[in-house]
Amino acid sequence: MIENLRLRAAQNLGPLLAFGLFVLLYCFYSVLHPKGFTVDLFVQNSNETLTLVLLGMAQTLPVLLAGIDLSVGPLMTLVDSIASEVVHGSPAEIVFGILLCVFCGLVGGAINGIIVVYGRLQPIVVTLATGAVFSGIALFIRPTPGGEVDGDLSWVATNALSELPATYGWWGGNPPAWFNAISGIPMPIVLLVAVVVFIWLPFKNSETGRAVYAVGSNEAAAYMSGVRVNRAKLAAYTLGGVFAGLAGLYFAVQTGSGNADPIQAGTYTLNSIAAVVIGGTSMLGGSGGAIATIFGVFVLRSITFCFRVVDSDSAIGFLANPLLQPMFEGIILLLAVCIGAARVFRVKNRLNLFQ
Amino acid sequence: MAPSPAAPLLQLRNISKAYGGVKALTDVDFATGAASIHAVLGENGAGKSTLIKIISGVTRPDAGTVAFEGREVAFATPQEANAAGIVTIFQELSVMPDLSVADNISITRPPRRLGLIDHRAQRRRAEELLARVGCEDINPIERVRNLPLSRRQMVEIAKALGRNPKLLILDEATSALTAADVERVYGILHKLRSEGLGLLYISHRMHEIKELADTISVFRNGRHVETFPTGTRNDEAIIGMMIGREYKNVYPPKPVRAAPPAPVLEVRNLGWVDRLHDISVTVGKGEIVGLGGLDGQGQRELLLALFGVLRGVEGSVEVEGRPVKPGSPAAATRRDVGMALIPEDRKTEGLMLPMSIGDNISLTALRKLTRGVVIDAGAEKSSIAAMVEKLQIKIGSVADPVATLSGGNQQKVVIAKWLLTAARILLLNDPTRGIDVGTKQEIYRLLRQLADQGTAILFYSTDYDELIGCCDRVLILYGGRVARVLEGEAISEKNIVSASFNLAASEAVPAEAAP
Repeated sequence: MIENLRLRAAQNLGPLLAFGLFVLLYCFYSVLHPKGFTVDLFVQNSNETLTLVLLGMAQTLPVLLAGIDLSVGPLMTLVDSIASEVVHGSPAEIVFGILLCVFCGLVGGAINGIIVVYGRLQPIVVTLATGAVFSGIALFIRPTPGGEVDGDLSWVATNALSELPATYGWWGGNPPAWFNAISGIPMPIVLLVAVVVFIWLPFKNSETGRAVYAVGSNEAAAYMSGVRVNRAKLAAYTLGGVFAGLAGLYFAVQTGSGNADPIQAGTYTLNSIAAVVIGGTSMLGGSGGAIATIFGVFVLRSITFCFRVVDSDSAIGFLANPLLQPMFEGIILLLAVCIGAARVFRVKNRLNLFQ
Repeated sequence: MAPSPAAPLLQLRNISKAYGGVKALTDVDFATGAASIHAVLGENGAGKSTLIKIISGVTRPDAGTVAFEGREVAFATPQEANAAGIVTIFQELSVMPDLSVADNISITRPPRRLGLIDHRAQRRRAEELLARVGCEDINPIERVRNLPLSRRQMVEIAKALGRNPKLLILDEATSALTAADVERVYGILHKLRSEGLGLLYISHRMHEIKELADTISVFRNGRHVETFPTGTRNDEAIIGMMIGREYKNVYPPKPVRAAPPAPVLEVRNLGWVDRLHDISVTVGKGEIVGLGGLDGQGQRELLLALFGVLRGVEGSVEVEGRPVKPGSPAAATRRDVGMALIPEDRKTEGLMLPMSIGDNISLTALRKLTRGVVIDAGAEKSSIAAMVEKLQIKIGSVADPVATLSGGNQQKVVIAKWLLTAARILLLNDPTRGIDVGTKQEIYRLLRQLADQGTAILFYSTDYDELIGCCDRVLILYGGRVARVLEGEAISEKNIVSASFNLAASEAVPAEAAP
């Protein structure tokens, strides 16, 4: 039993390290923050985090296949632009708009998957091109920032859970006791848990999800074992698209408007890759996962948060300089990669270094 | 004659398969029955692997039919063969290193609950199957990456059993096993036979086969020679069936020496993890020493170890009396060591395919051709031209990509590239594989010419004919050890083949040395 626990810990070293680093950074931040450890601060921080979390999850799937998806950011902005056109009006229209946004993400991901699988092309080139296409369509839909997203939805999705019944008038303004116990949980966390429980975990524990790991680990062996390789790849890119769509949807809901800025799309793409790596998912494919990436995003965001609370007059005042922030993010990223590369010291045949 | 059991489980008729111009199988009839262990024997390139690939749905035959359980089948993929009940354990392991043992065993059709993989049931299933192959010590949640090779192979066997095969094919499936595991596997195979399974067993270990198989089939040059019950032919007769060639190559005469030449390369007690054990060899000035034996007995690793590719190599290596320990190919090619390795796979390890012929040839000698900081274009051009001339490489222009050349000419480019370094020790890893007879003969002449000029050559070949024709001495490796050293008249086909199967060597080598 103890032995199994030790094994599991060793196999999940990357995510565990990321989680530890996150706890450290976030505690540091909360202690220095005047409103540290309050619901308000949790709500604010989780709002700032969820979009990148969803986008990181989108990136995780192609990376598990030993691929990469440079179009997650553009696809996110595309869905964000679409959402600013369709997610408002009557409740039925809002529901339809949300479904349409998710569907657009799914189609975008499926297009990537189809080109990669049936065109037998390298994912990095394919997604570079489709990303440009997605950005172009997004700019066409929303040439200038703006649009409209339902205000109630926006309010509910960016506050604590308590605002959900309050906004829609459930229980006549008198929620039951069990609800009051959990009403302080930020809505983005609730949404994230829902996405993990209802999308990621079922996928990971399906035969197709397993096949994604198998293909990323050793494609030839997977094929010889009778794994449906193409289906696994298509599924991974498509589900990645769904996550990118969800990221775009939440981004629109959070900001209450749409913005097709391609530069922002590029930044988000790069951050999603960084988050995947920090979480401990191997760029060589086959190990890691979306939950690891979630911790990766938490670390990345916590770094950003920390810069806000450092007193610029103190001994570590240089940390308060926002200009240094990318440098620290880069150092953390390098450290994460170094830990992942430790296996090199165990390789006995140097030719295996190149495989 | 095919003394197959009453109703053959698997029946192949008139199967032919060619890869490009090379015929891998010609008009093969083959049958195997249920409840039997059927061994397939043959030299390197006899067509055993192609046979397995056709049966297991990896490739399709050019002609002929396959019938399984009396019905004609044409498997397009390994999945289809699996579904029909044919499961293969391949020589190259087909496990996914990043997945756990349990995940690997249930990679297709895992146990489910509510549509999702039931991890607990999957672990139980893995425990059951591992127990069946006597490997209760393997933890099902351990990642396969962290298991030693022999354990991985047992996982592979457990995985195959989990698919409920009717015909189980083991392609060199015991090559990495420890002696205790081999015993266990024998037990499992006998049990499976009594349960009515058909077993097709490919092995290079003659002793194993005699102990295990009911029926033996011998293949040679892509043809099915004979099938007979075990025990009806002696070793001599079986080896005779495996030998026998349709053409002979022409080799340059070997020099007659009064005394052994001055040693250039001296290797003592070389070892590397569990693949090489206690290998000692001396190559003298102007000598061609051959490395023989069946594929994968450590020949490739020996050359890589000398060339500085492997880490953790034990033993000592001396070049002209000075101890050397190259830590990389870059170090091994330096002038004080002076080695060159002509690799096995010219496409992945020998050539930069998109680069030009000229760039490929001069790549190894750029250090020599550099004046100051830039490459001396004139010197480079003239040395490339000299090499093209010397090896008679048939090219349009040296600026063409090397990928445009035929296999034989590509191999000449690889050789040219290493000759340009003027190496004093030349290591060759099966340099004539897949090239035409004419080019082969040019390469033989070139090797002898280089030897006459004083180069020490260590030459691994899977073609026994070549070893006989080219080499002054031949080391036969078996299980990572030197099984026998043949010299002069003793370099004969019969001796090479029997030493390759470690047969006659059982007197010379203590029993526990043969793993």
